[in-house]
Amino acid sequence: MALLEIRWHGRGGQGAKTAALLFGDAAVETGKYIQAFPEYGPERMGAPVFAFNRIADEPILQHCGIKTPQIVVVLDPTLMETVDVTEGLPEDGVVLVNSQKSAEEIKKQLGLTSQKVYVVDASKISKEILDRDLPNTPMLGALIKASKLLEFEPMLVSVQNRLKKKFPNRPEVVQGNIKAIKRAYEEVGV
Amino acid sequence: MIVARTGNEAMAEAMRQINPDVVAAYPITPATEIVQLFSKFVHDGLVDTEFVPVESEHSACSACCGASASGARVMTSTASQGLALMHEILFIAAGLRLPITICLVNRSLSSPINIHCDHSDTMASRDAGWLQIYTENAQEAYDTTIQLVKMAEQALLPGIVSTDAFIISHGLERVELIDDKEVPKFLGERKVNYSLLDVDNPITLGPLDLQDYFFEHKRSEIDAMNNVLPIIEKVQKEFGDKFGRYYPIVDEYKLDDAEVAILVMGSTGGTAKVAVERMREKGKKVGLIRARVYRPFPKDAMTKALSKVKVVGVMDRSDTMSTLGGHLYNDARSILYKSDNQPLMKNFIYGLGGRDISIEEIEAIYEQLFDIQKSGEVDKDVVYFGVRGE
Repeated sequence: MALLEIRWHGRGGQGAKTAALLFGDAAVETGKYIQAFPEYGPERMGAPVFAFNRIADEPILQHCGIKTPQIVVVLDPTLMETVDVTEGLPEDGVVLVNSQKSAEEIKKQLGLTSQKVYVVDASKISKEILDRDLPNTPMLGALIKASKLLEFEPMLVSVQNRLKKKFPNRPEVVQGNIKAIKRAYEEVGV
Repeated sequence: MIVARTGNEAMAEAMRQINPDVVAAYPITPATEIVQLFSKFVHDGLVDTEFVPVESEHSACSACCGASASGARVMTSTASQGLALMHEILFIAAGLRLPITICLVNRSLSSPINIHCDHSDTMASRDAGWLQIYTENAQEAYDTTIQLVKMAEQALLPGIVSTDAFIISHGLERVELIDDKEVPKFLGERKVNYSLLDVDNPITLGPLDLQDYFFEHKRSEIDAMNNVLPIIEKVQKEFGDKFGRYYPIVDEYKLDDAEVAILVMGSTGGTAKVAVERMREKGKKVGLIRARVYRPFPKDAMTKALSKVKVVGVMDRSDTMSTLGGHLYNDARSILYKSDNQPLMKNFIYGLGGRDISIEEIEAIYEQLFDIQKSGEVDKDVVYFGVRGE
């Protein structure tokens, strides 16, 4: 696999960084080379934030920022009003949005022509399962489905292990996230 | 074991496996995590370390000196202002020949206040008598942390191993960890000739040393620095033979047939390697030199590397504030003074305060080096690259 770059758009507190780390972790466990890093600015709840992934079969040497990602993941649809989420996206790029709207509507809203657009209502899934609007893990499930970058089952095991470490005394949080990932994986229209 | 780790996590893992006798530290962004993770290892009983949560970096370095003088294996971690606050004690550690290891994250110095990467902090301490090794990625940071403990103890010199702030310290990468049992075996016990705590053989450390002997003691410290490169080479080779990852003193990349080259340190070395590949795809013979070991400055290996090309662009992530450009540039120029084979040289100060440097920008620097090769002249010795108003 040639080097592939992903940009995550979220708002402070939505877990864009965590999603990028979970993805990176899972990719390493399936034998890939990866990078996962957020853009560190002034950290405020609700402010637009970015996180990034690189994934490849070979060692990744560059440590510069990512300006032309092949895949963009938007955790919060309201960001599309204020942030140019498709900046640097190539003609054959992929956009994945957490939204109630259809892929066609999002494509029109973003003024895209050739790029592929996928949508999933990750907020709804998260609210129903976790009782909170934390779209990051369901969006990870949707990303795996849309991109086919990783095998789904090993990814789930990896995410479960990392979440267990993060929430050692809250098995319901771990299970809820896994459930949300699975549901988003099923629901994203591909 | 292959895992995903940030630079900070990788350094903390190395410290866990090293299992130092004493760690005295004070947290500072972006190195906080190293100490935080290590303190958890202490709490969880994964290490036997006496952990001293001191009230400042000045105290951290002082406590490290005391512990090291007793014969303990001692480590700490810091960045930026933290290293600046240690400054006074850095010279004491080196003068007393205490092989303390610092896991450092390179961050700019205030003012203006900024938490991101440049090399101003360690460069401001380059004359303190510490070994300095700058790493390119999390794997090298992990490996070098283990190596440096051994190098320092064999040379009786303290050492700093560093990563670039956030770019490496907080970036998750694939890292291959060594088996827990192998690290203590590789390092062995620290052997000391004198211990402050050996009451049967009392010694005095740090007394007044005036005109009669100060100079001789300093001279022997300088000698230690003069003689350390073979130790560094030996430890790197032992490490490579045992664990399969070999590191050079000076990292040369596609240099042998290159016409022009960039000299750089830290994580930009990796980005520049990609730029080298892209330039070579266009048929342009470019190479890269990455200064891994910076203190002592590896005069012979660096002279040899620099002499292979016609033009060198030196990329410094710090400025000497002397009107003479960056630190690496000044060292590189200095060693070529008596060389018969002097390449043309231009200094590019870049990335201060964490400003990103892209592959395309490095390619543009290579193009400038070809222009210099063509004209045979360096129009301006020092330029500030990627800054407004230049």
